[in-house]
Amino acid sequence: MAETINLKLHVWRQNGPSDAGHFEDYSQYAKDISTHASFLECLDVVNERLVLDGKDPIMFDHDCREGICGMCGMVINGAPHGPQKATTTCQLHMRVFKDGEELWVEPWRATAFPVVKDLAVDRGALDRVVQAGGFITAKSGSAPNANDIPIPKWEADAAMDAAACIGCGACVAACPNGSASLFMGAKIGHLASLPQGQAERESRVLSMVAQHEHEGFGGCSNHYLCEAACPKEISVTWIARMNHELLRASATHDPSRGHHGGGHG
Amino acid sequence: MELKSNAPTGPLATQWTNHQFAMKLVNPANKRKYKILVVGTGLAGGAGAASLADLGYHVEAFCYQDSPRRAHSIAAQGGINATKNYPGDGDSVYRLFYDTIKGGDFRSRESNTYRLAEVSANIIDQCVALGVPFAREYGGMLANRSFGGAQVSRTFYARGQTGQQLLLGVYASLSRTIAEGKVKMHNRVEMVDLIVVDGRARGIVTRDLVTGKIEAHLGDAVVLATGGYGNAFYLSTNAKGCNASAAWRAHRRGAGFANPCYTQIHPTCIPQAGEYQSKLTLMSESLRNDGRIWVPRKKEDATKSAASIPEKDRYYYLEEKYPAFGNLMPRDVASRQAKFACDEGLGVGPEIAGVRRGVYLDFADAIKRDGEDVIFDKYGNLFEMYERITGEDPMKVPMRIYPATHYTMGGLWVDYNLQSTIPGLLVAGEANFSDHGANRLGASALMQGLADGFFVLPYVMGHYLATAGKSKGVDESHPEVKAAVDGVRKRVQSFIDVGQKGKRTVDDFHRHLGALIWDHCGMARNAKGLKKAMEEIPTLYEEFKKDVKILGSGESLNRELERAMRVDDFFQLGQLMCRDALERDESCGCHFREEHQTHADPNVPGSYGGECVRDDEKFAHVAVWEWKGDGQAEVRHEEKLEFENVHLAQRKY
Repeated sequence: MAETINLKLHVWRQNGPSDAGHFEDYSQYAKDISTHASFLECLDVVNERLVLDGKDPIMFDHDCREGICGMCGMVINGAPHGPQKATTTCQLHMRVFKDGEELWVEPWRATAFPVVKDLAVDRGALDRVVQAGGFITAKSGSAPNANDIPIPKWEADAAMDAAACIGCGACVAACPNGSASLFMGAKIGHLASLPQGQAERESRVLSMVAQHEHEGFGGCSNHYLCEAACPKEISVTWIARMNHELLRASATHDPSRGHHGGGHG
Repeated sequence: MELKSNAPTGPLATQWTNHQFAMKLVNPANKRKYKILVVGTGLAGGAGAASLADLGYHVEAFCYQDSPRRAHSIAAQGGINATKNYPGDGDSVYRLFYDTIKGGDFRSRESNTYRLAEVSANIIDQCVALGVPFAREYGGMLANRSFGGAQVSRTFYARGQTGQQLLLGVYASLSRTIAEGKVKMHNRVEMVDLIVVDGRARGIVTRDLVTGKIEAHLGDAVVLATGGYGNAFYLSTNAKGCNASAAWRAHRRGAGFANPCYTQIHPTCIPQAGEYQSKLTLMSESLRNDGRIWVPRKKEDATKSAASIPEKDRYYYLEEKYPAFGNLMPRDVASRQAKFACDEGLGVGPEIAGVRRGVYLDFADAIKRDGEDVIFDKYGNLFEMYERITGEDPMKVPMRIYPATHYTMGGLWVDYNLQSTIPGLLVAGEANFSDHGANRLGASALMQGLADGFFVLPYVMGHYLATAGKSKGVDESHPEVKAAVDGVRKRVQSFIDVGQKGKRTVDDFHRHLGALIWDHCGMARNAKGLKKAMEEIPTLYEEFKKDVKILGSGESLNRELERAMRVDDFFQLGQLMCRDALERDESCGCHFREEHQTHADPNVPGSYGGECVRDDEKFAHVAVWEWKGDGQAEVRHEEKLEFENVHLAQRKY
């Protein structure tokens, strides 16, 4: 395995949401990249060279660089987070690429994710979907003893499977409809699986689904590309669970009971 | 600078209860008249903002990330301690209190630490109510495991993602209060100065990281929950954006900075692979249960494959030096011995700046003993993570590890009410100094963040506001507010002006600064090295101020400018870290001064040296630094630590 590689690197540059945007060829800045570097470290190197050359560095979001904060993410050769399964962009390392390989790097593309700059997008829509109901109302100090409500292990484990979502938005980027159904289904499923989540179960799903539509996310038409792109391998069965919850709530929910969500939908 | 701890008197067990009653309250109808600014939205800030909002205060919260769900609390793996005593194995509030005081090497305040242990059980109740999916037993009860040297099982966990699940629980509550209009959230906004009027914290100056807009936000109180300063070392396990700027700018405005030299090193991280390395990744310490740590005995073997080095040429330095404890020596000793081996030229892995910084953690014997399946069952997920980063399979070749900075115990000084030396500036979580002394125990960081946010801030905030009253007559046109905003504008402009002509990147300076601090104020410190760093850092800082390269303008998204402002603060803080380490002429917890250590007793089998030797006569105090202006030496103050309940002993395991 070569210790360093040269890349034919094309990066999407877009100066704000209203700019048309275009690909820029940065191959001359992407030479001698260590195969031990992460993808983001490769971009760090390119950026440092760009700055020294007096050129505007590439903007991309990132923070923890250990695959858990969900802040990073870009589409690499058409695949959200790149070619490696169950791996965020920050955990993708250059050894998966060959010397001389051509790479096309783009931001998440979705109606609900306007570009901030270059590879960084505004994922505020995901926050607002959660604000619409992705919580359990329990003010500080009001909680009963934790062991008062036993939760079977399998149920807690299932809730944890769904709760592992890092909110990166790769599912939206992968979906031809730009749907956040996997993101939303995981949160609805997580909370509906637990006894603590029952009080707001119906209002939650109704409110979140309405907000999802309001934000301009598309509907789910069962492509399953979201599951393939998800760095945490969240299963599409959570979308089925969400649909079940939605049907159930639509049939049983009495709107006069109200809810605490702040949805705009 | 006056340092009154305001710790309650009387028996520990009743202090917090009595104090809660003694504190003043704000009438429910009056709470909405008060505005509180919360900076940082991790466990402490997020929980604090949501709790204060639910009480009825008007809250504005700020984070530099694109969403409060990204805060670095999210990366904590292991778990959270609480004195539930569900396993019935003898845990109690007093035991967690004692373990924490002892773990901190008797350098923390008894009253604060006791309160932390006391409210810990409430945290678990609160988080379960929020839907945090903690691990469970088959009968549905919460599961526990032991962690970090404790003799009881008091750690609650959610797979290896405890921090993530707790943060998402807090984020959910914060999201609810945002939706209800109780919290106004400012994402991608960074605090760049504190506004102090008539001696009270009245607001902050922020820079919008997308538009570059600089503005003042005013309120009746300010909470800093902005995390630690581990990124002063450049390479650490912190997130890339973690910075000390909010705390440092508050320090420059009069907030005392306590014990900056107390920084914790984690022994088992993946070593640096090259100059381009941007951060370090932590591996669970549980690996040391089965892995054997060694380096080649001969320098010339450093580049050979591990398999080609015969047994007699392998130096199992922990097993040889400390036969009784071997590879399971405490964190600090294991870390320092890895450094010493590499300093001697025996390190393995890539050579960076002339040194190979890595030691082997070898599973070959464990695989031979237990079989591949057993070892893979235990550590498979960690091995896969390691392979993803390094491209090497630990089942076939030994893992390489090296210590890394991951937590800072020092921080802004606070009293029992979490109030800094500036009235109205409260500090919570890792950003304050209060609970962990000179060393933090595993699974205690999450506990402190949530204790401060959920169960301390809501009480002490009411007391401050009821005592100090509403902030009056301070608006954008107030001279102090205008001066603070103008000051930030000028600072930004000076970076832009220098940056046009500068020749070295921000990261280049940061890497060099980090290396200086790591070499001389890292795992092991001595007077000579610290003095050297105190000469070299200012020289590098002068170069930084003249030669840093920044493109673009201040009125737009500008990552180089953002980072330059943070690195500017790390330069100043780095100097204080070294000075604090020099003046604390003893060893305690993570602060290891080579001049003060135990030595092996040849007459006692299994005895080993290399442990801290404290000087309780001279140093049983908190060192608190007062800013005196640019170019002026800071002044050192002391808060004497009174130990009325625990006996000061040598920390031995």
